Amino acid sequence: MNLLWIKNGRVIDPANQRDAAGDIYAVDGNIVDSLSESQKSDATVVDASGLVVAPGLVDIHVHLRDPGQTHKEDIRSGTQAAAAGGFTSVVCMPNTSPVCDNAGTIQRIMDKVEREAVIRVYPTGCLTLGMNGEQLAPTGQLKSAGVVAVTDDGKCVQSNELMRRAVEYAKMFDLPIMDHCQDASLTKGAVMNEGEWSLRLGLRGWPKAAEDIIVARNVILAELTGAHIHMQHVSSATSVDILRRALDRGAPVSGEASPHHIEFIDADIYDYNSVYKMNPPLRTQEDREALIEGLIDGTLCCIATDHAPHSPTEKDQEFDAAPFGIIGLENSLASCLTTLYHNRGLSLSKVIGLMTHKGADLCKLDAGTLSVGAPADICLFDPDQQWTVDATKFFSKSQNCPWHGKTLKGSLKSTYVGGKQVFDGTSITA
Amino acid sequence: MSQSLAWNRKDLIDVEFLSRAEIETIFTTATAFKKAMAVNNKKLPYLKGRTIVNLFLEPSTRTRLAFEVAASRLSADTITVTGDASSLSKGETLRDTARNMEALKADIIIMRHCASGAPNYLSKAVNIPVINAGDGSHAHPTQALLDAFTLLEKFGTLEGKKVTILGDILFSRVARSNIICLQKLGAQVTIAGPSTLVPKAFEAMGVTVSHDLRNALEGADAVMLLRIQHERQSATHFPSIGEYTSSFGLNKARAKWLKPGAIIMHPGPINRGVEIDSELADSEHSVILEQVTNGIVVRMAILHLCSSAHNNETIQLPT
Repeated sequence: MNLLWIKNGRVIDPANQRDAAGDIYAVDGNIVDSLSESQKSDATVVDASGLVVAPGLVDIHVHLRDPGQTHKEDIRSGTQAAAAGGFTSVVCMPNTSPVCDNAGTIQRIMDKVEREAVIRVYPTGCLTLGMNGEQLAPTGQLKSAGVVAVTDDGKCVQSNELMRRAVEYAKMFDLPIMDHCQDASLTKGAVMNEGEWSLRLGLRGWPKAAEDIIVARNVILAELTGAHIHMQHVSSATSVDILRRALDRGAPVSGEASPHHIEFIDADIYDYNSVYKMNPPLRTQEDREALIEGLIDGTLCCIATDHAPHSPTEKDQEFDAAPFGIIGLENSLASCLTTLYHNRGLSLSKVIGLMTHKGADLCKLDAGTLSVGAPADICLFDPDQQWTVDATKFFSKSQNCPWHGKTLKGSLKSTYVGGKQVFDGTSITA
Repeated sequence: MSQSLAWNRKDLIDVEFLSRAEIETIFTTATAFKKAMAVNNKKLPYLKGRTIVNLFLEPSTRTRLAFEVAASRLSADTITVTGDASSLSKGETLRDTARNMEALKADIIIMRHCASGAPNYLSKAVNIPVINAGDGSHAHPTQALLDAFTLLEKFGTLEGKKVTILGDILFSRVARSNIICLQKLGAQVTIAGPSTLVPKAFEAMGVTVSHDLRNALEGADAVMLLRIQHERQSATHFPSIGEYTSSFGLNKARAKWLKPGAIIMHPGPINRGVEIDSELADSEHSVILEQVTNGIVVRMAILHLCSSAHNNETIQLPT
């Protein structure tokens, strides 16, 4: 029997409205409400004094780049990075090479996850064949192969007719649709938010309208079909407003915010540093505030990193030429604690909820809580300890992290998956 | 004299980073070169033995020639590399190309590049001076400096002068650098043209935005015309060249709205009959060719100043 006893911590389990000093117990990988005296004497005992004991974090938006782009990341390095950031479940995007538009590729990923991953990995399938936005991917076969959602992340289905059919079809399989909201006709050649800073820097502007139009379309199609559409990495204040009104009407929609969009703004690009180049682009201070408001009032249901690794060589180019995307798995807990808990006064429970059960609920994952019977996926952290991000020391293969060199508050001490420690605060132990 | 010159930079990336004193140092130096050349049109020795690489990764005629002439006037050796001839077409990165130039013992890199911010990037990748000869839609500092130099020759000061920049502002690096440079020298800047190419958001840079040509030209001491850059715009920015000319082309009748004695400027290449009436381009109000000539001494000044600063040399000027 594998017995675990984490004692004397501050247990925060937002799904169960629990925030109190206490102990957590696990038997054979699942949470139990207590151990017998004899079990206690046999258990691995962890003293969590001074630490928060929380459910392992859940990220419903990561790019593991495997198969096909393993010079950027692979399932081993990506899940090690996740474990080092306190994540125990991640949902990976299907824009691999080949893309995940067939059951075989999903099976290949699941096989590698079985062999290499140190945490739980849930794949997604493409919405359209080849992510070309022209013909539906075999959603039913993808579901049988194990996908938890369908998405053409990175590419947005431009045809309203096809999107309508895609969501209508996916609803039959009870799979959420996650959409990367971008009207491509408004973003040709664009590399940063359209506004004062794109004008100053002479960079091609990406209007917020490109996102807002698709968010509005998706709200309309969700209401038309009854299918759930989740808006990925919402970046615009107007999109938050559209979502808020839709949710008030009871529309089956949701949205996520990324740690970088609630931390950085377009002005951070002042020196053309491509580490701030991402899709959707960093917006303005007003948008940043609206995203935080959206997280506070529940318009945006969760935080997802959009961990998007690119090799140093790929990122080290002229701003126009560098690829979009940044990584965040290893510092997201700290950056969100710094931004939302330390600087904004959100409760720890609120922040942890946004990073655990909210995303898990959306994708119907058995994750994100410390409920009795749940998998013993746990993270331990000191919410106040400062550290300075050093991307060169990341477990990720890539270093394209805009927090590099920044000092954050909130230090991860330990990560458990199924009752077994996978990260001890320094090293991967799985 | 050299003690009073404010200059401590190896690179010229953008006018934005220059103080007014630094801009005036460039003009003092350019004036000294202009006088020396008027007296005796011989080469000056200041960059003798130095190798300048003209890394022109986007087509250019005027700017490249002006830099070549400026380098030659300062006795430097010049190597010109164009986009097609470089290794970039073979997949080499800009960093590697530039570091190879440095390893080949180039003393200065002058770069024209289609990507905004490329010179900012390059100046961090190499130790030798980097001079921006135009990057994407971002900056064209030597053009703005020669424009201001030309205006100062005409007006003595730019304090309170009204300068209107007319045309495709959105995609224009010349416009951006001029907006910054002219304002640093005390001028009031109005930008004008079609609303799709002159967005209101430019007001954040301290300019007046106008989509009414008469309004923009009335009372202006100078008007700078910009070429319509077909190569950068998408098809949706305005209906046609003919429509542009009918609304915003400068002709004799419209030129009358300018202040009497106002001057007409253009960074070139001009499209006769499009943004400017052919007759007007050749009129006594036009300083278009003076701009070209001043481009030599202003660029000589910049090369000389950056090289001197990089090599920790006292700035020498012709006496």
